[in-house]
Amino acid sequence: MTPAILELVLMTIVTAATPLIIAAIGELVTERAGVLNLGVEGMMIVGAALGFAAAYLSGSPLIGALAGMAAGMVLAALFGLLTVGLAINQVAAGLALTIVGVGLSGLLGAGYVGLKRDAPPHLYIPYLSDLPFVGKLVFGQDAFVYGSFVLVAAVAWYLTRTRAGLALRAIGDNHHSAHALGLPVRRTRFLAILFGGACAGMAGAYLSIAYTPFWSPGMTAGRGWIALALVVFSSWRPWRVVLGALLFGGATVLQLHAQAASLGLPGQLLSAVPYLATIAALMVLSIGARRKSAAPAALGQPFVAPR
Amino acid sequence: MSRLNLKLALLSAIAFGMATGAMAAEKLKVGFVYVGPVGDFGYSYQHDQGRQAMQKALGDAVETTFLENVPEADSERSIEQLARSGHKLIFTTSFGFMEPTLKVAKKFPKINFEHATGYKRAANVATYSARFHEGRYVIGQIAGKMTKSNIIGYVASFPIPEVVSGINAFLLGAQSVNPNVKIKIVWANTWFDPGKEADATKALLAQGADIITQHTDSAAPLQEAEKAGKFGFGQASDMIRFAPKAQLTAIVDDWSGYYIERVKAELAGTWKSGDTWGGIGAHMVNLAPFTNMPDDLKKMAEQTEADIASGKLNPFKCPIMDQTGKPVDCKGGTALSDEQVLGMNWYVKGIDDSLPK
Repeated sequence: MTPAILELVLMTIVTAATPLIIAAIGELVTERAGVLNLGVEGMMIVGAALGFAAAYLSGSPLIGALAGMAAGMVLAALFGLLTVGLAINQVAAGLALTIVGVGLSGLLGAGYVGLKRDAPPHLYIPYLSDLPFVGKLVFGQDAFVYGSFVLVAAVAWYLTRTRAGLALRAIGDNHHSAHALGLPVRRTRFLAILFGGACAGMAGAYLSIAYTPFWSPGMTAGRGWIALALVVFSSWRPWRVVLGALLFGGATVLQLHAQAASLGLPGQLLSAVPYLATIAALMVLSIGARRKSAAPAALGQPFVAPR
Repeated sequence: MSRLNLKLALLSAIAFGMATGAMAAEKLKVGFVYVGPVGDFGYSYQHDQGRQAMQKALGDAVETTFLENVPEADSERSIEQLARSGHKLIFTTSFGFMEPTLKVAKKFPKINFEHATGYKRAANVATYSARFHEGRYVIGQIAGKMTKSNIIGYVASFPIPEVVSGINAFLLGAQSVNPNVKIKIVWANTWFDPGKEADATKALLAQGADIITQHTDSAAPLQEAEKAGKFGFGQASDMIRFAPKAQLTAIVDDWSGYYIERVKAELAGTWKSGDTWGGIGAHMVNLAPFTNMPDDLKKMAEQTEADIASGKLNPFKCPIMDQTGKPVDCKGGTALSDEQVLGMNWYVKGIDDSLPK
């Protein structure tokens, strides 16, 4: 492998991991608050549709990203009303949200199929971006990629270093105790759900604005589900989301390059590598953390305040 | 809020009842089942274009219904739903609908079915498909002439005969004008995942490919080629709007002629089961305008297209060598037989890839 190809592979791995990181970090916050939202795929694809439409109409990728986030939040708010407001089963509501999202995105995006726009600009710093090997990797990405890392750092800081973050975790572990302590369980959960929706919407907008800059129904192709798996994989820790996404994206991209380089490995086996790697990593992690489950203790349980 | 909803529901129920009442005048109901969304700008989109053209051509005589995004595993229910709701002719448009179509057809012997790209027929089940490989031979020739690095990248979906015969026809076309050409294949193992298709294209470009061709459905590979200043081909429909500087041509499926003909036969009561496998000559496979290439090349491509249409040229004209260099048994006389092409699970000489089994 020449250095130029290696640099390209690393660049591709980072861009392939970015939507997974953004969607998974949002879901991680939601789940840390004790809510399991299986609707990531649905919120993501509506974000992709509306994000593209807004970017196309306004000509601005920033407005597109904001529209994607808003779209994700609207769907998330619906989910929040059902699960936090009416204490409906979260699994059923989440699955319904995915189905609604996939259908809705096709409807909303119908007028934008077959249109294209240019990808947003990549950062360019004279000299630094021209550095061999690391130049483009570190100093030549688009705003979404940098944004995703800032987002993870912010979430990690919030969850471990702020009072509000600790309160959110307490609510996710035991909502009755948290309620007894006077913490606003329902409000916190609703906001966490909105945050998850905004992230999923932005991840979708990244796909349709930057990754492959066009809109097409079904274009998320299951990435929302992978983001959900990454949250479990990370054992609900922000930086491990990045690790998992890079591992998963890396295995996907490397197998494509291995095929292109005619290494003579069977394609179907190579396609299974990302999933096998994920299973292997999950096993290693769970053996390491056998003593106690890493999941928020109240995950998936509806909360009804005692009277 | 809920009372308003109830009122709306009632109103629409009444409106629906009136609508169905008004349509009681005998119209032929024709149903379509698609595997993808009609907005995919690819395979299912082209089928729906065919449906619309048929509806337009036959006007008031027919009424059409389509079901999109029908998963292959769950298609029996959808097909039966159309059969139960008065459709007399039902088109099922994906390979995976084959067994479900036959099952439903057995239950409803008075209803006629048409299944695309399959090989099993019954008295009330006809099959139809297009000779996509004819188009692939033409674009292979173009690629063979256009490439400077002599490396062509091929983004493939699944190792089924339709895809494999496409790869073979493409390489035979390329070799016919350029003996030094090589193709590199990446199996994406998906029909539609723009992100993954784009990443596969990047990998092929990194290996020196300067022409990209694809047998996956999104415009991402073509767009990636455009970004890199290289060339590519559209898949299933004209994708020029995605890559005005990169698209050389596109293989475009056109089902409208077939749909019009078959529905007319149903109306006249002359519908019969059978197998139709039309290519460039029958206009089921068309090539989008040749762009971004020199004039002499355009002429060559037009000539090849015309020769295939007239039957003068068969992409699988013998002798053909398999990957090991052994000549393949020619069951169709001077060329491979249709059965050999429809069941193709081997590569021709010159492909540097082992076929996933």
